[in-house]
Amino acid sequence: MADYQNIFTQVQVRGHTDYGVTEGTNSEPRYNVTATSHFLGRIGDAQLGPVYLGWSGVASLICGFIAIEIIGLNMWASVGWDPIKFFGQLPWLSLDAPLPEHGLSLFMPLNEGGWWLMAGMFLTASILLWWVRSYRRAISLGMGTHVCWAFAAAIWLYLVLGLIRPVMMGSWNEAVPFGIFTHLDWTNNLSLVYGNFFYNPFHMLSIVFLYGSALLFAMHGATILAVGRYGGEREIEQITDRGTASERAALFWRWTMGFNASMESIHRWAWWFAILCPITGGIGVLLTGTVVDNWFLWGADNGFARF
Amino acid sequence: MALLNFERKYRIRGGTLVGGDMFDFWIGPFYVGFFGVTALFFAFLGTALIFLGASMEGTWNPWLISIDPPPLEYGLQLAPMADGGIWQMVTICAIGAFGSWALREVEISRKLGMGLHVPIAFGVAVFAYVTLVVIRPFLMGAWGHGFPYGIMSHLDWVSNVGYSYGNFHYNPAHMIAITFFFTTTLALSMHGGLVLSAVNPGRGKTVKTPEHENVFFRDFIGYSVGTLGIHRLGLFLALSAGIWSAICIVISGPLYEGSWVDWWDGWKNLAIWRV
Repeated sequence: MADYQNIFTQVQVRGHTDYGVTEGTNSEPRYNVTATSHFLGRIGDAQLGPVYLGWSGVASLICGFIAIEIIGLNMWASVGWDPIKFFGQLPWLSLDAPLPEHGLSLFMPLNEGGWWLMAGMFLTASILLWWVRSYRRAISLGMGTHVCWAFAAAIWLYLVLGLIRPVMMGSWNEAVPFGIFTHLDWTNNLSLVYGNFFYNPFHMLSIVFLYGSALLFAMHGATILAVGRYGGEREIEQITDRGTASERAALFWRWTMGFNASMESIHRWAWWFAILCPITGGIGVLLTGTVVDNWFLWGADNGFARF
Repeated sequence: MALLNFERKYRIRGGTLVGGDMFDFWIGPFYVGFFGVTALFFAFLGTALIFLGASMEGTWNPWLISIDPPPLEYGLQLAPMADGGIWQMVTICAIGAFGSWALREVEISRKLGMGLHVPIAFGVAVFAYVTLVVIRPFLMGAWGHGFPYGIMSHLDWVSNVGYSYGNFHYNPAHMIAITFFFTTTLALSMHGGLVLSAVNPGRGKTVKTPEHENVFFRDFIGYSVGTLGIHRLGLFLALSAGIWSAICIVISGPLYEGSWVDWWDGWKNLAIWRV
Protein backbone atom coordinates (compact mmCIF):
# COMPACT_ATOMS: atom_id res chain seq x y z
CA MET A 1 0.00 0.00 0.00
CA ALA A 2 2.75 2.44 0.88
CA ASP A 3 4.44 1.83 -2.46
CA TYR A 4 4.43 4.01 -5.56
CA GLN A 5 0.96 5.34 -6.38
CA ASN A 6 1.78 7.04 -9.68
CA ILE A 7 0.69 10.50 -8.56
CA PHE A 8 3.96 12.19 -9.53
CA THR A 9 6.76 11.35 -11.93
CA GLN A 10 9.65 10.38 -9.69
CA VAL A 11 12.52 10.30 -12.18
CA GLN A 12 12.50 12.65 -15.16
CA VAL A 13 14.50 11.61 -18.18
CA ARG A 14 15.53 14.39 -20.55
CA GLY A 15 16.18 13.37 -24.12
CA HIS A 16 16.08 15.26 -27.37
CA THR A 17 13.14 17.53 -28.01
CA ASP A 18 10.20 15.76 -29.65
CA TYR A 19 9.28 17.82 -32.70
CA GLY A 20 6.27 15.66 -33.40
CA VAL A 21 4.99 13.68 -36.35
CA THR A 22 5.37 15.21 -39.78
CA GLU A 23 4.56 12.39 -42.16
CA GLY A 24 1.70 13.22 -44.50
CA THR A 25 0.84 16.36 -42.62
CA ASN A 26 0.72 19.99 -43.48
CA SER A 27 2.59 21.26 -40.45
CA GLU A 28 4.22 24.48 -41.56
CA PRO A 29 4.66 26.97 -40.07
CA ARG A 30 5.37 25.04 -36.89
CA TYR A 31 7.24 27.35 -34.54
CA ASN A 32 10.10 25.22 -33.24
CA VAL A 33 10.84 27.01 -30.01
CA THR A 34 10.71 24.60 -27.11
CA ALA A 35 11.50 24.58 -23.43
CA THR A 36 11.25 22.10 -20.61
CA SER A 37 9.79 22.62 -17.17
CA HIS A 38 10.67 20.45 -14.19
CA PHE A 39 7.38 21.39 -12.51
CA LEU A 40 5.28 20.31 -15.52
CA GLY A 41 7.39 17.16 -15.73
CA ARG A 42 6.25 16.21 -12.24
CA ILE A 43 2.69 15.59 -13.43
CA GLY A 44 2.93 15.30 -17.21
CA ASP A 45 5.14 16.01 -20.18
CA ALA A 46 8.00 18.38 -19.33
CA GLN A 47 8.21 19.72 -22.87
CA LEU A 48 6.65 23.04 -23.89
CA GLY A 49 6.14 23.66 -27.61
CA PRO A 50 6.64 23.52 -30.50
CA VAL A 51 3.52 25.47 -31.42
CA TYR A 52 1.83 25.89 -34.79
CA LEU A 53 1.28 29.43 -36.04
CA GLY A 54 -1.05 29.55 -39.05
CA TRP A 55 -3.23 32.43 -40.19
CA SER A 56 -6.32 31.48 -38.17
CA GLY A 57 -4.39 31.26 -34.92
CA VAL A 58 -2.59 34.54 -35.46
CA ALA A 59 -5.82 36.29 -36.47
CA SER A 60 -7.55 34.79 -33.43
CA LEU A 61 -4.87 36.05 -31.06
CA ILE A 62 -5.01 39.53 -32.60
CA CYS A 63 -8.82 39.67 -32.26
CA GLY A 64 -8.64 38.34 -28.71
CA PHE A 65 -5.96 40.88 -27.83
CA ILE A 66 -8.12 43.72 -29.19
CA ALA A 67 -11.16 42.48 -27.24
CA ILE A 68 -9.22 42.30 -23.97
CA GLU A 69 -7.69 45.74 -24.66
CA ILE A 70 -11.14 47.27 -25.19
CA ILE A 71 -12.45 45.69 -21.99
CA GLY A 72 -9.38 46.50 -19.90
CA LEU A 73 -8.97 50.08 -21.12
CA ASN A 74 -12.68 50.77 -20.54
CA MET A 75 -12.29 49.48 -17.01
CA TRP A 76 -9.16 51.55 -16.50
CA ALA A 77 -10.89 54.66 -17.89
CA SER A 78 -13.77 54.11 -15.46
CA VAL A 79 -11.39 54.75 -12.53
CA GLY A 80 -9.89 57.86 -14.13
CA TRP A 81 -6.80 56.02 -15.44
CA ASP A 82 -5.55 55.52 -11.89
CA PRO A 83 -3.45 52.30 -11.92
CA ILE A 84 -3.77 51.76 -8.14
CA LYS A 85 -7.55 52.12 -8.22
CA PHE A 86 -7.66 49.81 -11.25
CA PHE A 87 -6.30 46.91 -9.21
CA GLY A 88 -8.13 47.95 -6.05
CA GLN A 89 -11.50 47.95 -7.77
CA LEU A 90 -10.81 45.38 -10.50
CA PRO A 91 -13.34 42.77 -9.25
CA TRP A 92 -16.10 45.41 -9.41
CA LEU A 93 -15.11 47.03 -12.73
CA SER A 94 -17.20 46.26 -15.77
CA LEU A 95 -17.79 46.96 -19.43
CA ASP A 96 -21.59 46.82 -19.48
CA ALA A 97 -23.92 45.71 -22.25
CA PRO A 98 -25.64 48.48 -24.28
CA LEU A 99 -28.39 50.55 -22.67
CA PRO A 100 -31.90 49.14 -23.21
CA GLU A 101 -33.01 52.07 -25.43
CA HIS A 102 -30.52 51.02 -28.11
CA GLY A 103 -32.33 47.73 -28.72
CA LEU A 104 -30.50 45.69 -31.33
CA SER A 105 -28.90 48.72 -32.97
CA LEU A 106 -25.38 48.22 -34.27
CA PHE A 107 -24.57 51.92 -33.97
CA MET A 108 -24.67 53.72 -30.66
CA PRO A 109 -22.42 56.03 -28.63
CA LEU A 110 -19.28 54.20 -27.55
CA ASN A 111 -19.85 54.76 -23.84
CA GLU A 112 -23.50 53.60 -24.02
CA GLY A 113 -22.65 50.16 -25.31
CA GLY A 114 -20.61 50.73 -28.46
CA TRP A 115 -17.42 49.57 -26.76
CA TRP A 116 -19.25 46.48 -25.45
CA LEU A 117 -20.52 45.63 -28.91
CA MET A 118 -17.06 46.05 -30.38
CA ALA A 119 -15.41 43.95 -27.66
CA GLY A 120 -18.06 41.28 -28.18
CA MET A 121 -17.54 41.20 -31.93
CA PHE A 122 -13.77 40.89 -31.61
CA LEU A 123 -14.08 38.25 -28.88
CA THR A 124 -16.53 36.26 -31.00
CA ALA A 125 -14.25 36.54 -34.04
CA SER A 126 -11.34 35.39 -31.90
CA ILE A 127 -13.22 32.35 -30.58
CA LEU A 128 -14.54 31.34 -34.01
CA LEU A 129 -11.06 31.69 -35.55
CA TRP A 130 -9.67 29.54 -32.74
CA TRP A 131 -12.29 26.95 -33.63
CA VAL A 132 -11.13 27.07 -37.27
CA ARG A 133 -7.60 26.51 -35.99
CA SER A 134 -8.69 23.43 -33.99
CA TYR A 135 -10.48 22.02 -37.05
CA ARG A 136 -7.63 22.65 -39.50
CA ARG A 137 -5.05 21.16 -37.12
CA ALA A 138 -7.14 17.99 -36.65
CA ILE A 139 -7.61 17.57 -40.41
CA SER A 140 -3.95 18.30 -41.18
CA LEU A 141 -2.83 15.64 -38.72
CA GLY A 142 -5.29 13.12 -40.18
CA MET A 143 -7.28 12.89 -36.95
CA GLY A 144 -11.01 12.97 -36.21
CA THR A 145 -12.62 16.30 -35.31
CA HIS A 146 -14.10 15.32 -31.94
CA VAL A 147 -12.24 18.04 -30.01
CA CYS A 148 -13.53 20.67 -32.44
CA TRP A 149 -17.16 19.65 -31.95
CA ALA A 150 -16.74 19.65 -28.18
CA PHE A 151 -15.34 23.18 -28.48
CA ALA A 152 -18.34 24.06 -30.67
CA ALA A 153 -20.66 22.97 -27.84
CA ALA A 154 -19.04 25.53 -25.54
CA ILE A 155 -19.27 28.17 -28.30
CA TRP A 156 -23.02 27.41 -28.53
CA LEU A 157 -23.49 28.44 -24.89
CA TYR A 158 -21.35 31.54 -25.41
CA LEU A 159 -23.35 32.57 -28.48
CA VAL A 160 -26.68 31.95 -26.72
CA LEU A 161 -25.62 34.25 -23.88
CA GLY A 162 -24.18 37.07 -25.96
CA LEU A 163 -25.90 36.87 -29.34
CA ILE A 164 -28.84 34.49 -29.91
CA ARG A 165 -30.89 35.23 -26.79
CA PRO A 166 -30.32 39.02 -26.96
CA VAL A 167 -31.48 38.94 -30.60
CA MET A 168 -34.57 36.89 -29.69
CA MET A 169 -35.32 39.26 -26.79
CA GLY A 170 -34.77 42.27 -29.05
CA SER A 171 -32.07 44.00 -27.03
CA TRP A 172 -28.32 43.77 -26.54
CA ASN A 173 -29.05 44.85 -22.97
CA GLU A 174 -30.03 41.24 -22.23
CA ALA A 175 -26.44 40.07 -22.79
CA VAL A 176 -23.77 39.42 -20.18
CA PRO A 177 -21.47 42.27 -19.10
CA PHE A 178 -17.67 41.89 -19.19
CA GLY A 179 -16.68 42.07 -15.54
CA ILE A 180 -15.85 39.76 -12.65
CA PHE A 181 -18.63 40.57 -10.17
CA THR A 182 -20.98 41.98 -12.79
CA HIS A 183 -21.18 38.71 -14.72
CA LEU A 184 -21.93 36.94 -11.43
CA ASP A 185 -24.63 39.53 -10.67
CA TRP A 186 -26.05 39.01 -14.16
CA THR A 187 -26.25 35.25 -13.52
CA ASN A 188 -27.89 35.80 -10.14
CA ASN A 189 -30.39 38.31 -11.53
CA LEU A 190 -31.38 36.06 -14.43
CA SER A 191 -32.41 33.46 -11.86
CA LEU A 192 -34.28 36.00 -9.69
CA VAL A 193 -36.06 37.76 -12.56
CA TYR A 194 -37.25 34.52 -14.15
CA GLY A 195 -38.47 32.86 -10.95
CA ASN A 196 -35.60 30.63 -9.68
CA PHE A 197 -33.40 28.87 -12.20
CA PHE A 198 -33.29 25.69 -10.13
CA TYR A 199 -36.80 24.98 -11.47
CA ASN A 200 -35.55 25.18 -15.06
CA PRO A 201 -35.29 21.55 -16.24
CA PHE A 202 -32.48 22.32 -18.67
CA HIS A 203 -30.55 24.00 -15.86
CA MET A 204 -31.07 20.80 -13.88
CA LEU A 205 -29.72 18.75 -16.78
CA SER A 206 -26.77 21.08 -17.26
CA ILE A 207 -25.79 20.75 -13.59
CA VAL A 208 -26.22 16.98 -13.79
CA PHE A 209 -23.75 16.89 -16.67
CA LEU A 210 -21.40 19.33 -14.91
CA TYR A 211 -21.29 17.21 -11.74
CA GLY A 212 -21.41 14.07 -13.86
CA SER A 213 -18.31 15.23 -15.73
CA ALA A 214 -16.45 15.73 -12.46
CA LEU A 215 -17.64 12.28 -11.34
CA LEU A 216 -16.60 10.66 -14.63
CA PHE A 217 -13.18 12.29 -14.65
CA ALA A 218 -12.58 11.27 -11.04
CA MET A 219 -13.62 7.69 -11.87
CA HIS A 220 -11.67 7.55 -15.14
CA GLY A 221 -8.54 9.35 -13.92
CA ALA A 222 -8.43 7.24 -10.76
CA THR A 223 -9.01 3.99 -12.68
CA ILE A 224 -6.25 4.67 -15.19
CA LEU A 225 -3.78 5.65 -12.46
CA ALA A 226 -4.78 2.54 -10.50
CA VAL A 227 -3.89 0.32 -13.48
CA GLY A 228 -0.80 2.42 -14.28
CA ARG A 229 1.45 -0.48 -13.28
CA TYR A 230 -0.04 -2.42 -16.23
CA GLY A 231 0.42 0.45 -18.68
CA GLY A 232 -3.21 1.63 -18.53
CA GLU A 233 -2.41 5.17 -19.67
CA ARG A 234 -1.47 3.82 -23.12
CA GLU A 235 -5.11 4.06 -24.05
CA ILE A 236 -4.84 3.89 -27.83
CA GLU A 237 -2.84 0.65 -27.60
CA GLN A 238 -5.33 -0.68 -25.04
CA ILE A 239 -8.23 0.19 -27.35
CA THR A 240 -6.74 -1.44 -30.44
CA ASP A 241 -5.27 -4.45 -28.61
CA ARG A 242 -6.88 -4.98 -25.22
CA GLY A 243 -4.37 -5.72 -22.47
CA THR A 244 -4.61 -6.65 -18.82
CA ALA A 245 -4.87 -2.98 -17.81
CA SER A 246 -8.16 -2.64 -19.73
CA GLU A 247 -9.42 -5.94 -18.42
CA ARG A 248 -8.74 -5.10 -14.78
CA ALA A 249 -10.15 -1.57 -15.18
CA ALA A 250 -13.34 -2.96 -16.73
CA LEU A 251 -13.73 -5.72 -14.14
CA PHE A 252 -13.22 -3.24 -11.30
CA TRP A 253 -16.37 -1.39 -12.32
CA ARG A 254 -18.25 -4.51 -13.34
CA TRP A 255 -17.69 -6.03 -9.89
CA THR A 256 -18.39 -2.72 -8.15
CA MET A 257 -21.58 -1.58 -9.89
CA GLY A 258 -22.50 -4.37 -12.29
CA PHE A 259 -21.62 -2.41 -15.41
CA ASN A 260 -18.45 -1.36 -17.18
CA ALA A 261 -17.32 0.75 -20.10
CA SER A 262 -14.55 -0.31 -22.44
CA MET A 263 -11.31 1.60 -22.89
CA GLU A 264 -12.82 3.31 -25.92
CA SER A 265 -16.39 3.75 -24.71
CA ILE A 266 -15.35 5.52 -21.49
CA HIS A 267 -14.09 8.32 -23.72
CA ARG A 268 -17.45 8.43 -25.49
CA TRP A 269 -19.18 8.74 -22.10
CA ALA A 270 -16.70 11.49 -21.21
CA TRP A 271 -17.20 13.39 -24.44
CA TRP A 272 -21.01 13.26 -24.26
CA PHE A 273 -21.22 14.25 -20.60
CA ALA A 274 -18.86 17.16 -21.14
CA ILE A 275 -20.56 18.53 -24.28
CA LEU A 276 -24.10 18.07 -22.94
CA CYS A 277 -23.29 20.41 -20.06
CA PRO A 278 -23.08 23.57 -22.24
CA ILE A 279 -25.61 22.25 -24.80
CA THR A 280 -28.40 21.78 -22.23
CA GLY A 281 -27.32 24.92 -20.37
CA GLY A 282 -27.60 26.93 -23.57
CA ILE A 283 -31.11 25.56 -24.21
CA GLY A 284 -32.12 26.50 -20.65
CA VAL A 285 -30.91 30.07 -21.06
CA LEU A 286 -32.41 30.41 -24.54
CA LEU A 287 -35.90 29.41 -23.29
CA THR A 288 -35.71 31.93 -20.45
CA GLY A 289 -37.68 35.07 -21.17
CA THR A 290 -38.38 33.93 -24.72
CA VAL A 291 -40.64 30.94 -23.96
CA VAL A 292 -40.90 30.82 -20.17
CA ASP A 293 -41.28 33.89 -17.96
CA ASN A 294 -41.16 32.26 -14.53
CA TRP A 295 -39.57 28.86 -13.99
CA PHE A 296 -41.06 28.46 -10.52
CA LEU A 297 -44.60 28.96 -11.81
CA TRP A 298 -43.77 26.72 -14.76
CA GLY A 299 -42.75 24.09 -12.22
CA ALA A 300 -45.99 24.60 -10.30
CA ASP A 301 -47.99 24.17 -13.51
CA ASN A 302 -46.16 20.93 -14.18
CA GLY A 303 -46.55 19.53 -10.70
CA PHE A 304 -43.07 19.73 -9.22
CA ALA A 305 -42.97 23.05 -7.32
CA ARG A 306 -43.59 23.04 -3.57
CA PHE A 307 -45.42 26.02 -2.09
CA MET B 1 -23.75 -15.94 -17.75
CA ALA B 2 -22.54 -12.72 -16.34
CA LEU B 3 -18.92 -13.52 -17.13
CA LEU B 4 -17.02 -11.56 -19.76
CA ASN B 5 -14.99 -13.88 -21.99
CA PHE B 6 -11.74 -12.95 -20.22
CA GLU B 7 -13.21 -12.73 -16.74
CA ARG B 8 -12.72 -16.25 -15.37
CA LYS B 9 -8.97 -15.98 -14.83
CA TYR B 10 -9.47 -12.86 -12.67
CA ARG B 11 -12.10 -14.41 -10.39
CA ILE B 12 -9.75 -15.70 -7.73
CA ARG B 13 -10.00 -15.76 -3.93
CA GLY B 14 -8.21 -13.29 -1.68
CA GLY B 15 -7.75 -9.59 -1.15
CA THR B 16 -10.53 -9.26 1.43
CA LEU B 17 -10.15 -6.95 4.42
CA VAL B 18 -12.78 -8.56 6.65
CA GLY B 19 -14.37 -12.00 6.75
CA GLY B 20 -11.68 -14.01 5.01
CA ASP B 21 -13.27 -16.32 2.44
CA MET B 22 -16.76 -16.14 3.96
CA PHE B 23 -18.17 -13.42 1.70
CA ASP B 24 -15.60 -13.83 -1.08
CA PHE B 25 -18.01 -14.56 -3.94
CA TRP B 26 -19.95 -12.92 -6.77
CA ILE B 27 -23.67 -12.63 -7.53
CA GLY B 28 -24.07 -12.11 -11.26
CA PRO B 29 -21.56 -9.40 -12.21
CA PHE B 30 -21.42 -8.01 -8.63
CA TYR B 31 -18.70 -8.82 -6.16
CA VAL B 32 -20.19 -9.30 -2.68
CA GLY B 33 -17.63 -9.34 0.15
CA PHE B 34 -18.33 -8.39 3.77
CA PHE B 35 -18.83 -4.76 2.78
CA GLY B 36 -21.24 -5.72 0.03
CA VAL B 37 -23.45 -7.21 2.73
CA THR B 38 -23.19 -4.11 4.94
CA ALA B 39 -23.73 -1.79 1.97
CA LEU B 40 -26.86 -3.72 1.01
CA PHE B 41 -28.09 -3.61 4.61
CA PHE B 42 -27.67 0.16 4.95
CA ALA B 43 -28.98 0.91 1.47
CA PHE B 44 -32.08 -1.22 2.00
CA LEU B 45 -32.79 0.21 5.45
CA GLY B 46 -32.22 3.80 4.30
CA THR B 47 -34.45 3.37 1.25
CA ALA B 48 -37.17 1.76 3.35
CA LEU B 49 -37.00 4.68 5.78
CA ILE B 50 -37.36 7.13 2.91
CA PHE B 51 -40.51 5.25 1.81
CA LEU B 52 -41.76 5.35 5.40
CA GLY B 53 -41.15 9.11 5.54
CA ALA B 54 -42.88 9.59 2.20
CA SER B 55 -45.92 7.65 3.42
CA MET B 56 -46.09 9.85 6.53
CA GLU B 57 -45.65 13.01 4.45
CA GLY B 58 -48.53 12.07 2.16
CA THR B 59 -47.16 12.63 -1.31
CA TRP B 60 -45.85 10.06 -3.74
CA ASN B 61 -44.85 12.62 -6.38
CA PRO B 62 -41.13 11.75 -6.72
CA TRP B 63 -40.22 15.42 -7.26
CA LEU B 64 -41.87 16.46 -4.01
CA ILE B 65 -41.01 13.65 -1.58
CA SER B 66 -38.78 15.20 1.09
CA ILE B 67 -37.19 13.76 4.20
CA ASP B 68 -36.55 16.87 6.27
CA PRO B 69 -33.98 17.24 9.03
CA PRO B 70 -35.27 17.96 12.56
CA PRO B 71 -36.27 21.55 13.46
CA LEU B 72 -33.42 23.65 14.87
CA GLU B 73 -34.91 23.43 18.42
CA TYR B 74 -33.66 19.87 18.77
CA GLY B 75 -30.07 21.07 18.52
CA LEU B 76 -27.74 18.09 18.35
CA GLN B 77 -30.18 15.69 20.04
CA LEU B 78 -31.92 12.70 18.53
CA ALA B 79 -35.34 13.78 17.28
CA PRO B 80 -38.65 11.84 17.25
CA MET B 81 -39.04 9.75 14.10
CA ALA B 82 -41.90 11.88 12.76
CA ASP B 83 -40.01 15.11 13.40
CA GLY B 84 -36.64 14.61 11.75
CA GLY B 85 -35.67 11.30 13.31
CA ILE B 86 -36.10 9.59 9.97
CA TRP B 87 -33.67 12.10 8.45
CA GLN B 88 -31.14 11.26 11.17
CA MET B 89 -31.56 7.52 10.57
CA VAL B 90 -31.32 7.96 6.80
CA THR B 91 -28.13 10.00 7.27
CA ILE B 92 -26.59 7.22 9.38
CA CYS B 93 -27.63 4.66 6.76
CA ALA B 94 -26.21 6.80 3.94
CA ILE B 95 -22.84 7.20 5.65
CA GLY B 96 -22.83 3.48 6.45
CA ALA B 97 -23.64 2.59 2.85
CA PHE B 98 -21.10 5.02 1.34
CA GLY B 99 -18.38 3.85 3.75
CA SER B 100 -19.18 0.21 2.98
CA TRP B 101 -19.08 0.95 -0.74
CA ALA B 102 -15.64 2.59 -0.43
CA LEU B 103 -14.26 -0.37 1.55
CA ARG B 104 -15.79 -2.79 -0.95
CA GLU B 105 -13.91 -0.88 -3.68
CA VAL B 106 -10.73 -1.35 -1.64
CA GLU B 107 -11.30 -5.12 -1.58
CA ILE B 108 -11.98 -5.21 -5.33
CA SER B 109 -8.86 -3.10 -6.01
CA ARG B 110 -6.76 -5.50 -3.94
CA LYS B 111 -8.24 -8.49 -5.69
CA LEU B 112 -7.37 -7.03 -9.10
CA GLY B 113 -3.91 -5.82 -8.10
CA MET B 114 -4.89 -2.19 -8.69
CA GLY B 115 -3.95 0.99 -6.83
CA LEU B 116 -6.44 2.45 -4.36
CA HIS B 117 -7.09 5.63 -6.37
CA VAL B 118 -10.79 4.96 -6.96
CA PRO B 119 -11.80 4.35 -3.31
CA ILE B 120 -9.74 7.37 -2.25
CA ALA B 121 -11.43 9.53 -4.89
CA PHE B 122 -14.83 8.24 -3.77
CA GLY B 123 -13.82 9.05 -0.20
CA VAL B 124 -13.48 12.71 -1.20
CA ALA B 125 -17.09 12.73 -2.43
CA VAL B 126 -18.25 11.05 0.79
CA PHE B 127 -16.27 13.63 2.76
CA ALA B 128 -18.10 16.44 0.92
CA TYR B 129 -21.45 14.81 1.81
CA VAL B 130 -20.41 14.35 5.46
CA THR B 131 -19.37 18.01 5.54
CA LEU B 132 -22.90 19.02 4.53
CA VAL B 133 -24.90 16.78 6.87
CA VAL B 134 -22.58 16.18 9.84
CA ILE B 135 -19.59 18.52 10.15
CA ARG B 136 -21.35 21.81 9.39
CA PRO B 137 -24.54 21.02 11.39
CA PHE B 138 -22.31 19.91 14.28
CA LEU B 139 -20.26 23.13 14.15
CA MET B 140 -23.47 25.19 14.04
CA GLY B 141 -25.04 23.25 16.89
CA ALA B 142 -28.15 21.75 15.26
CA TRP B 143 -28.87 18.86 12.90
CA GLY B 144 -31.50 21.15 11.39
CA HIS B 145 -28.71 22.77 9.38
CA GLY B 146 -28.38 19.64 7.25
CA PHE B 147 -30.06 19.57 3.84
CA PRO B 148 -33.38 17.76 3.24
CA TYR B 149 -33.44 14.58 1.14
CA GLY B 150 -35.76 15.42 -1.72
CA ILE B 151 -35.36 16.43 -5.34
CA MET B 152 -36.92 19.89 -5.24
CA SER B 153 -36.47 20.40 -1.49
CA HIS B 154 -32.68 20.10 -1.67
CA LEU B 155 -32.66 22.66 -4.49
CA ASP B 156 -34.73 25.01 -2.34
CA TRP B 157 -32.27 24.45 0.50
CA VAL B 158 -29.32 25.37 -1.71
CA SER B 159 -31.14 28.49 -2.88
CA ASN B 160 -32.22 29.59 0.62
CA VAL B 161 -28.87 28.94 2.28
CA GLY B 162 -27.12 30.76 -0.56
CA TYR B 163 -29.22 33.89 -0.16
CA SER B 164 -28.98 33.82 3.65
CA TYR B 165 -25.29 34.67 3.12
CA GLY B 166 -26.11 37.57 0.79
CA ASN B 167 -25.04 36.23 -2.57
CA PHE B 168 -23.16 32.94 -2.68
CA HIS B 169 -21.49 33.82 -5.98
CA TYR B 170 -19.32 36.20 -3.93
CA ASN B 171 -18.06 33.38 -1.68
CA PRO B 172 -14.40 33.04 -2.75
CA ALA B 173 -14.29 29.29 -2.06
CA HIS B 174 -17.49 28.89 -4.12
CA MET B 175 -15.73 30.76 -6.97
CA ILE B 176 -12.79 28.36 -6.77
CA ALA B 177 -15.10 25.31 -6.64
CA ILE B 178 -17.05 26.44 -9.71
CA THR B 179 -13.82 27.18 -11.55
CA PHE B 180 -12.64 23.63 -10.82
CA PHE B 181 -15.99 22.17 -11.96
CA PHE B 182 -15.88 24.09 -15.26
CA THR B 183 -12.19 23.29 -15.78
CA THR B 184 -12.82 19.59 -15.10
CA THR B 185 -15.57 19.54 -17.73
CA LEU B 186 -13.34 21.38 -20.22
CA ALA B 187 -10.46 18.97 -19.59
CA LEU B 188 -12.79 15.96 -19.84
CA SER B 189 -14.16 17.11 -23.19
CA MET B 190 -10.63 17.65 -24.50
CA HIS B 191 -9.37 14.28 -23.24
CA GLY B 192 -12.40 12.32 -24.44
CA GLY B 193 -12.37 14.15 -27.77
CA LEU B 194 -8.63 13.68 -28.28
CA VAL B 195 -8.68 9.92 -27.68
CA LEU B 196 -11.76 9.47 -29.88
CA SER B 197 -10.19 11.58 -32.63
CA ALA B 198 -7.03 9.46 -32.57
CA VAL B 199 -8.82 6.10 -32.76
CA ASN B 200 -11.64 7.28 -35.07
CA PRO B 201 -9.76 9.24 -37.76
CA GLY B 202 -12.42 8.55 -40.39
CA ARG B 203 -13.24 5.76 -42.80
CA GLY B 204 -10.22 4.23 -44.50
CA LYS B 205 -7.61 6.07 -42.41
CA THR B 206 -5.12 4.51 -40.03
CA VAL B 207 -5.63 4.80 -36.28
CA LYS B 208 -3.29 7.44 -34.91
CA THR B 209 -0.72 7.22 -32.11
CA PRO B 210 -0.13 9.01 -28.79
CA GLU B 211 2.52 11.02 -30.69
CA HIS B 212 -0.28 12.41 -32.86
CA GLU B 213 -2.25 13.26 -29.71
CA ASN B 214 0.76 15.11 -28.33
CA VAL B 215 1.48 16.99 -31.51
CA PHE B 216 -2.17 18.01 -31.91
CA PHE B 217 -2.22 19.76 -28.56
CA ARG B 218 1.30 21.17 -28.93
CA ASP B 219 0.35 22.61 -32.32
CA PHE B 220 -2.99 23.82 -30.96
CA ILE B 221 -2.03 25.43 -27.63
CA GLY B 222 1.71 24.87 -27.30
CA TYR B 223 1.55 22.16 -24.65
CA SER B 224 0.45 18.56 -24.32
CA VAL B 225 0.32 17.15 -20.83
CA GLY B 226 0.63 13.59 -22.16
CA THR B 227 -1.26 10.34 -21.76
CA LEU B 228 -0.35 9.75 -18.11
CA GLY B 229 -0.44 13.41 -17.07
CA ILE B 230 -4.01 14.00 -18.27
CA HIS B 231 -5.31 11.35 -15.87
CA ARG B 232 -3.39 12.84 -12.96
CA LEU B 233 -4.64 16.30 -13.94
CA GLY B 234 -8.24 15.14 -14.40
CA LEU B 235 -8.31 13.39 -11.04
CA PHE B 236 -6.79 16.46 -9.37
CA LEU B 237 -9.31 18.84 -10.99
CA ALA B 238 -12.30 16.65 -10.15
CA LEU B 239 -11.29 16.09 -6.53
CA SER B 240 -10.45 19.78 -6.11
CA ALA B 241 -13.98 20.64 -7.26
CA GLY B 242 -15.41 18.44 -4.50
CA ILE B 243 -12.99 19.62 -1.82
CA TRP B 244 -13.56 23.32 -2.52
CA SER B 245 -17.33 22.76 -2.60
CA ALA B 246 -17.06 21.31 0.90
CA ILE B 247 -14.89 24.25 1.99
CA CYS B 248 -17.25 26.87 0.55
CA ILE B 249 -20.21 25.56 2.54
CA VAL B 250 -18.41 24.72 5.79
CA ILE B 251 -17.03 28.26 6.10
CA SER B 252 -20.54 29.71 5.59
CA GLY B 253 -21.95 29.79 9.09
CA PRO B 254 -19.23 28.28 11.26
CA LEU B 255 -16.59 30.77 10.13
CA TYR B 256 -18.43 33.65 8.48
CA GLU B 257 -22.02 34.70 9.13
CA GLY B 258 -22.42 37.92 7.16
CA SER B 259 -23.05 38.60 3.50
CA TRP B 260 -20.38 37.34 1.12
CA VAL B 261 -20.89 40.56 -0.85
CA ASP B 262 -19.60 42.54 2.15
CA TRP B 263 -16.71 40.13 2.70
CA TRP B 264 -15.00 41.76 -0.29
CA ASP B 265 -14.81 45.08 1.60
CA GLY B 266 -11.64 43.53 2.97
CA TRP B 267 -10.18 43.60 -0.53
CA LYS B 268 -11.19 47.24 -0.98
CA ASN B 269 -9.54 48.14 2.32
CA LEU B 270 -6.20 46.48 1.62
CA ALA B 271 -3.49 48.93 2.65
CA ILE B 272 -1.97 49.07 -0.85
CA TRP B 273 -4.92 50.92 -2.36
CA ARG B 274 -7.65 51.50 0.27
CA VAL B 275 -10.33 52.65 -2.18
